[in-house]
Amino acid sequence: MDWRWDFTFDVVLPKMWEAAGVTVWATVASFVLALIGGLILMLLKTHRSPWISRPATEFIEFIRATPLLVQIFFLFFLLPDFGITLPPLTTGILAIGIYNSALCAEVYRAGFQAVPKGQWEACIALNLSTYRTFRDVIIPQSLPPIVPALGNYLVAIFKETPLLSFVAVAEIMQISKLIGAEYYRFTEAVTIAGIFFLVMSLIAAFLIRLVENYVKRSILH
Amino acid sequence: MVPRIAIVIGLAAFLAGLSVATFAELKMFLPAILRGAVVTVQISVLSWLVFMAMSLIAGVARAKASGAVLWLAVGYIEVFRGTSLLVILFWLFFVMPEFGLTMSPVLAGVLGIGLNFGAYGAEIARGAIGAVPRGQTEATIALNISPWNRMTRIILPQAIAIMIPGMVNLTIELIKATALVSAVTLVDITYASVQQNQLHFRTVEIFAITLMLYYCFAQFVRFGGDALEERFSRHLSKRV
Repeated sequence: MDWRWDFTFDVVLPKMWEAAGVTVWATVASFVLALIGGLILMLLKTHRSPWISRPATEFIEFIRATPLLVQIFFLFFLLPDFGITLPPLTTGILAIGIYNSALCAEVYRAGFQAVPKGQWEACIALNLSTYRTFRDVIIPQSLPPIVPALGNYLVAIFKETPLLSFVAVAEIMQISKLIGAEYYRFTEAVTIAGIFFLVMSLIAAFLIRLVENYVKRSILH
Repeated sequence: MVPRIAIVIGLAAFLAGLSVATFAELKMFLPAILRGAVVTVQISVLSWLVFMAMSLIAGVARAKASGAVLWLAVGYIEVFRGTSLLVILFWLFFVMPEFGLTMSPVLAGVLGIGLNFGAYGAEIARGAIGAVPRGQTEATIALNISPWNRMTRIILPQAIAIMIPGMVNLTIELIKATALVSAVTLVDITYASVQQNQLHFRTVEIFAITLMLYYCFAQFVRFGGDALEERFSRHLSKRV
């Protein structure tokens, strides 16, 4: 094995630094998409009419049962057929966002179901408005289980972004593949990509624990 | 959910009907996709074995061991949970030869997926072992049962019943994750469908079949998992 530090510092790290920005942007954008999409899916799934809740349930199950990579390819090849040409990064963000909104919907649902039924009944008995019911009673109680789970999905999304390299988005994995192909040296680039993901995940896990404790302390006294 | 198994059978019937109706069209790409499905199943089964072995070993070590073994287990779990599966696959396939260990694509894929999911499974196994009531351990100590027998005869059988739902979920995730093995030059369903799509430009049909196949695999695993859970928790007292 030969590890070349000059190659690492002169070639690999500058390119990786640019690619890290793409990875982070893809993560954040997909996460925001997943948060909003998850809320919509959750509302559809818990809708009164089975004509709405049933298809939503099956859609969520279908998204969860099929690989994200296939969904990315599907969107990537399908959208141009409908005359929509998006850059690969946007398509990828869309695919990761949809995939994770199905997962987030379950998180939201579990959080709201964790609130005891008596709380809803008490709100009705006290004649609280819908707004006050949600703002002061339901949401504060459903946040503690939701926040750490959503944090875990943020890390999961971060680790899913390398899949975008399959559709040639210039994120970390794609750049390390390109460096490997150009110089025929995979060792440094792929190892640094691995260390990057490891370090970022560990930091994120630490931050999630902090936020989790904060939410627990500030909401549930 | 029983209706879902009906959906799976319906999809299979639909596929069969489709193949009769437009056979000439399907004949172009269906054989290649089905060859890919065989590779996907092979990789899934092999990596599932690695995954189960690693999660039980690392889970028991994480829950019960101390000293160097515990740190080894923690290090394994954190490293493989923290890095992305695709990066691990690449590292095994392209970087390991630098260390003098050249792997075949199948070996790299199976090891990468198995080790990655083993780290997640170890956390489930640890949780399940921790969920076995303390009284069970105390009773075995009182009865002077050796630590090995305590683990294999008393704790693990109860822990397995608890960990089945989590392991079933991870198994479905594992089957989905085999879609990544095309990164190490294996032609599984995903890669086969991309290839066929580039040849025939039948995006909707090809990817609908691919997604359906994955969906069916997942539903069969879920169905089998429910049956297994029923079988393993039958003799346990109903405690929540």
